[in-house]
Amino acid sequence: MGKSFNTIQFHADRCDGCGDCMTACAQAKAGTDDLAQSRIRIVPAGGGVYELALCRQCGDPKCVMNCPSGALTKNAATGVIDWDWGKCVNCLLCTVGCAYAGIVFEAEVGHVTKCDTCDGDPACVKVCPHGALEYKTVAGIFNEYGDKEDLFAPGLSACQGCNSELLIRHTLRKVGPETVVAAPPGCIPGMGTVGYNGKTGCKVPIFHPLLTNTASMLAGLKKQYNRMGRDVTMLALAGDGGTADVGFQSLSGAAERNDQMLFVCVDNEGYMNTGMQASGATSFGSWTSTTPVGSAMKGKSTEAKNLPVVMMMHNCSYVATASTAFLEDYYAKLEKAIEASKHGMAYLHVYAPCPTGWRFSSAMTTQVCRMQVLSNFVTLWEFEPGRGLRFTHPVDRPRTIEEYLKLIGKYKHLEPEQVAHIRKSVHDKVAFLKRFAAADAAAAAG
Amino acid sequence: MRNSKYLIVGSSHAALEAAAAIRMQDPDGALAMVTRDTRLPYSPTILPYVVSGRSEPERILLRDEAWFADNAIGFVRGETLAAVDAAARTARFASGAEWRYEKLLLATGAAPAIPPVKGLAEVPFHVLRSMDDAVRLRDAIATARRAVVLGAGLIGMHAAENLAKAGAAVTVVEMQAQVLPGYFEPDAARMIERAFAAKGVTMEMGRTVTAAEPRGQGCAVILDDGRAIEADLLLVSTGVKPEMAYLAGGGVDTDRGILVDDRMRSSAPGIWAAGDVAQARGFYDGAKVVAGILPNAVEQGRIAGMDMAEDEGVKSFPGSVPLNTYTFFGQQAISVGLSAGGEGREVHETVGEGGKSYRRIVLEGDRLRGVSAINDFVDAGIMWQLVLRQVDLSAVKADFVARPLETGRMLMSRIWR
Ligand SMILES: Cc1cc2nc3c(=O)[nH]c(=O)nc-3n(C[C@H](O)[C@H](O)[C@H](O)COP(=O)(O)OP(=O)(O)OC[C@H]3O[C@@H](n4cnc5c(N)ncnc54)[C@H](O)[C@@H]3O)c2cc1C
Repeated sequence: MGKSFNTIQFHADRCDGCGDCMTACAQAKAGTDDLAQSRIRIVPAGGGVYELALCRQCGDPKCVMNCPSGALTKNAATGVIDWDWGKCVNCLLCTVGCAYAGIVFEAEVGHVTKCDTCDGDPACVKVCPHGALEYKTVAGIFNEYGDKEDLFAPGLSACQGCNSELLIRHTLRKVGPETVVAAPPGCIPGMGTVGYNGKTGCKVPIFHPLLTNTASMLAGLKKQYNRMGRDVTMLALAGDGGTADVGFQSLSGAAERNDQMLFVCVDNEGYMNTGMQASGATSFGSWTSTTPVGSAMKGKSTEAKNLPVVMMMHNCSYVATASTAFLEDYYAKLEKAIEASKHGMAYLHVYAPCPTGWRFSSAMTTQVCRMQVLSNFVTLWEFEPGRGLRFTHPVDRPRTIEEYLKLIGKYKHLEPEQVAHIRKSVHDKVAFLKRFAAADAAAAAG
Repeated sequence: MRNSKYLIVGSSHAALEAAAAIRMQDPDGALAMVTRDTRLPYSPTILPYVVSGRSEPERILLRDEAWFADNAIGFVRGETLAAVDAAARTARFASGAEWRYEKLLLATGAAPAIPPVKGLAEVPFHVLRSMDDAVRLRDAIATARRAVVLGAGLIGMHAAENLAKAGAAVTVVEMQAQVLPGYFEPDAARMIERAFAAKGVTMEMGRTVTAAEPRGQGCAVILDDGRAIEADLLLVSTGVKPEMAYLAGGGVDTDRGILVDDRMRSSAPGIWAAGDVAQARGFYDGAKVVAGILPNAVEQGRIAGMDMAEDEGVKSFPGSVPLNTYTFFGQQAISVGLSAGGEGREVHETVGEGGKSYRRIVLEGDRLRGVSAINDFVDAGIMWQLVLRQVDLSAVKADFVARPLETGRMLMSRIWR
């Protein structure tokens, strides 16, 4: 499996050109405030907009290819383009190869310089007061889990662009082989995980409970394994219908008893594999086949129930929301959830925008996932009984709700009043959660 | 007869990038790299630094044995390609070894072009293209007292500097009226010439050598004005010519180099050529040129490799743009694209205080056509992209002319985002 690397990300929309990053770099690299020594360069683009010149540590580094002296090499372990002073002859051919001004010559310095990411702890990122620079370490997940066995069979037939397949493959890799999977009716068994043509779609025991009894079956199985003295994880991969509607009664019971299991709800806001009917998790205003758009009806007229909050009000050992656009966040929560499931119920609510049922291009799924979070349409948080509620990816300057809605065909018909309604309910939902978080933080401090 | 799906001849920039590109797409197809040199791959561009003593011949290698092993590339050294049978898809080497290939890349680069000067063959002289040449020249410089360099291109100018630093009395003879013709306009060339003159180098510009005669251990070169200059070291650096004698038997179209299309395919099926040996599209007028510069060898090698491996991501060669970065006596000269003015071109020339720096920007309408600069750093890679992409500068033209470095960086950053 190929290797993936950490990288410095630039959010141009947050940069105000203060230059702290450049000073920090010059200090870190040469112990001076002389900006000629900085390897990161913020360039004004007019109108208060700033652009960036910085080494991208390319995968196909042209600077390395153009170097005649062997002074530049791509470090196979860190991904950084290393520069060897002892070999460099200052011919500047590397600068011919670079289209980012990532390796440049400064007369004051006397040789070419480039970013070395401060050995994985970039000084520029630490001092940026606006979060315009971010050190992305998500590559570590790919490297760590890329080598683990994918416990689902190849060739599952999810719709093009579906993030559920990505999600379940990641999840089972991490949960590991000592697992029994329950996949109640929904898209996940529909794509072949529970088997097809007499073959199984999964390399660990998997079964197909009824929509109604997933949690109780897992609770019973776990009891039996415990009796046998085997430490096996009970994993439910259920849709929002199988969780919020039909499956709720058994789930609520299991949560009340704090039964040991890891219940993952993959929320695509409806019964998407049976013809896109609305569920209790379908958001207000959505077009579905049971909440059509016509002269009288304009999509769903009621709010979605906020299931993760409902679960927080049960007796679970761990509850969290997650998005596949924020995989590091998801992995951190998955780790806690696996741990919690050894003692009680862990509930993960993962958002799964559906290109087929929601009407957006299959290439846009991750962008839709990201915009859900950035617009506060969904919020990423976790709840632990001892610690209370905590936001894991707070969005203080959210994108407008219109920016999110316009990505998705099922909202195409929305009237201005409906958009206003959604804006208000998003605001209220966040305010509601913030009260919890604030109260819990105060309790912890007090 | 040995067999290889891919056969690459040569082991320098074009060859190495082609091999890497093939392996990105086809990890398993048999791939052999056969080269005349007996060393691990190195760049001819490093040789002036070997001559000066800055670089050790063992420390400038571009790849090690492990790289070939890791990439499953059979590396065969010390074999000189002698003939290609394009119809039978076989290649014959001077040793008698024969290879059958499916796809052949000719990346044999160029060799020094020796001018037809009367008596030159009878006198001892140096050239600089291989490591052996460099080591010979390095050792000779140590004892040279009087040196003559024929040709004021990059190779000659580097050598002249090394000779001057080693304490020799140096004369550079150049047929054209200036150093580095084609890359720098006369004003800029003058700055470079002055730097050499200040270090005691005699610059004989606009002079031809009519004859060379033996004198003791060395020689004398006779200039067209009748003067004779004696030398115990003569370096001939009057240009290069593609290394393609092995195509004398026909079957592959050649002109000054091997003629290739925008995927580096030659006229013969199954044969590609890239780098200094290839004659490919020029960017400005489309006429095919032998570019003779390292960045082009890299680009062309990559394109050839991708096309050979049927990589769908392959992009057509946009055409050669003249590019040059040149360091002399601690000063930097950079040239990207066209430097000459002319019909429809707008030229902005700035000379820094005391004539210590220089910058020349050539525009055509709202497009950048070229930048050259001395002691005034510009990002050559960004300028190259602005030229190739024909980026519309109308909104930022004044800024660009005033501050090409910052404006170029701003534009490129915006384009990438
Ligand atoms: C002294 C010097 C300084 C230079 N400075 C610069 C510079 O500053 N900037 C710049 O852009 N360019 C410079 N160049 C040019 C640059 O080095 C070349 O453009 C580049 O090396 C071309 O790469 P290539 O792979 O096409 O061919 P080459 O590097 O010429 O390599 C050719 C390869 O083919 C092998 N070979 C040749 N003939 C045969 C045969 N018959 N059979 C088998 N193998 C064969 C050789 O052993 C070698 O491995 C310089 C060149 C020299 C000599």
